[in-house]
Amino acid sequence: MATVKVSEAEKVYILHGIRDDLRVDGRGCEDYRHVEIETDVVSNTDGSAKVTLGDTAVLVGIKADIGKPRPMVPNEGYLEFFVDCSANATPEFEGRGGEELGTELSNTLYKVFNNKHSVDLKSLCISAGEHCWVLYVDVLLLQCDGNLYDAISVAIKAALFNTKIPKVHISADEEGAKEIELSDDPYDCMRLDVENVPCIVTLCKVGHRHVVDVTLQEKACSVASLIISVTHTGTVTCTRKLGGGSLDPESIFEMTEAGKRVGKALHAPLMKLLRQEESLGKTRQKVGFLG
Amino acid sequence: MVCGNMAGLELLSDQGYRLDGRKASELRKVQARMGVFAQADGSAYLEQGNTKALAVVYGPHEIRGSRSWIRHDRAVINCQYSMATFSTAERKRRPHGDRKSTEMSLHLKQTFEAAVMTQLYPRSQIDIYVKILQSDGGNYSVCVNAATLAVIDAGIPMRDYVCACSVGFVDETPLADLCYAEESGGVSSLALALLPRGGQIALLQMDARLHQDHLDALIEAAMTACKGVGKVLDEVVRLHLKEVSVLTGE
Repeated sequence: MATVKVSEAEKVYILHGIRDDLRVDGRGCEDYRHVEIETDVVSNTDGSAKVTLGDTAVLVGIKADIGKPRPMVPNEGYLEFFVDCSANATPEFEGRGGEELGTELSNTLYKVFNNKHSVDLKSLCISAGEHCWVLYVDVLLLQCDGNLYDAISVAIKAALFNTKIPKVHISADEEGAKEIELSDDPYDCMRLDVENVPCIVTLCKVGHRHVVDVTLQEKACSVASLIISVTHTGTVTCTRKLGGGSLDPESIFEMTEAGKRVGKALHAPLMKLLRQEESLGKTRQKVGFLG
Repeated sequence: MVCGNMAGLELLSDQGYRLDGRKASELRKVQARMGVFAQADGSAYLEQGNTKALAVVYGPHEIRGSRSWIRHDRAVINCQYSMATFSTAERKRRPHGDRKSTEMSLHLKQTFEAAVMTQLYPRSQIDIYVKILQSDGGNYSVCVNAATLAVIDAGIPMRDYVCACSVGFVDETPLADLCYAEESGGVSSLALALLPRGGQIALLQMDARLHQDHLDALIEAAMTACKGVGKVLDEVVRLHLKEVSVLTGE
């Protein structure tokens, strides 16, 4: 459900709780809900990840395709984003209902992830000006219970970590025409360096305080929110204010500081988890949606 | 009678094995789980071989959208079929809204109108949304099977399980539960949705050419396959109920 209706009394209850650093589900203001991550869940993608954050569930699939580099940056590949707000998440998204949110999300994701500081775009180049890898990052929203940005960014990072791009051999014939040959061996592949891929932290201003990882009920009480994309070193790469209300500069500063702190703390366990899962290799029991 | 095989693949070997090593009447492995999502009224995930689908049910609820949809004697069933953009080998541009998906939504709607006891919920609406996460043939059947479980999970009364299966015809032999390689091999195939207990057919669809003499055999094979699927679905539902009743302490 994309929105919920919350009564005035409930709002007061939530607001007073947050004032005392105690949220409805017992968390503190800077705590996340339970997160579950699994990579390599869709076998006909080059990389995929499923992330659940409380009741929010997203599935990200990445497909690598050979395309033409953008004329401005002939020696770099690029990423394309598409967010599918499916009717599975909420009946409101049926038909074209989810398109607006989908476009908003994919535009933000594009700004956050498609730059050379986040992903090594040069490594996606096959031959400058002619061929490059295009990574189609497709996000599928399966259930919405607030905090979509954070869940999606974690899922994208996990899926990028999982992405295996086949190695390419370029050979030229006598006339100088280049021929691209993909490696048949599934183990002969290129992995992406996801060290610098940022995660998005959404902070919501509720009353006089700000909280991370809001549920829909809390979101209904917040005036406005700020999304901050933070790398593992705590560098802020993108911020954006969302929502109808207004924020004063001082609280934006405070929220940025909190976002940096939370974001930095998010990366280390995420990477540890991903490496751990990777190290299990083929012995890992795939759970997917059956668990 | 020319039996497809345009790709030049041998779909049925002389020893009677298919491309993926199955026998002619053998189904792919069916695995399913009910109650995948908490927010929806009913949900289920089902994989049949490499085809994976998620079904979600909302309702019965008040009619959304146009009031002209209201039926005074029964509930309206609203279906949307969509495919994840990464579900196919070639990336899809749009998850839904193309002709094929619209047709598939319509088929699903017809299938479930035949099975759900809509007369119990006059003036209301039941939404069934199905999403293909990974596609390897038999999308329609997998969707129907997943949606059946989701409808049961939502507690909406049905006349019976609806089980669907596709069947192809190669070398005078009906092949049950086609995978993508077989489907795209130019085989004449038939999709059938069955209410197994009474042997009632909820949907029958066949777009290819087939000699009339073979039709009976093909439908017979499809019904057997559907009954096989039905058994698996029944097991899944019973297992789920057992789990839930343990949790609630009954």
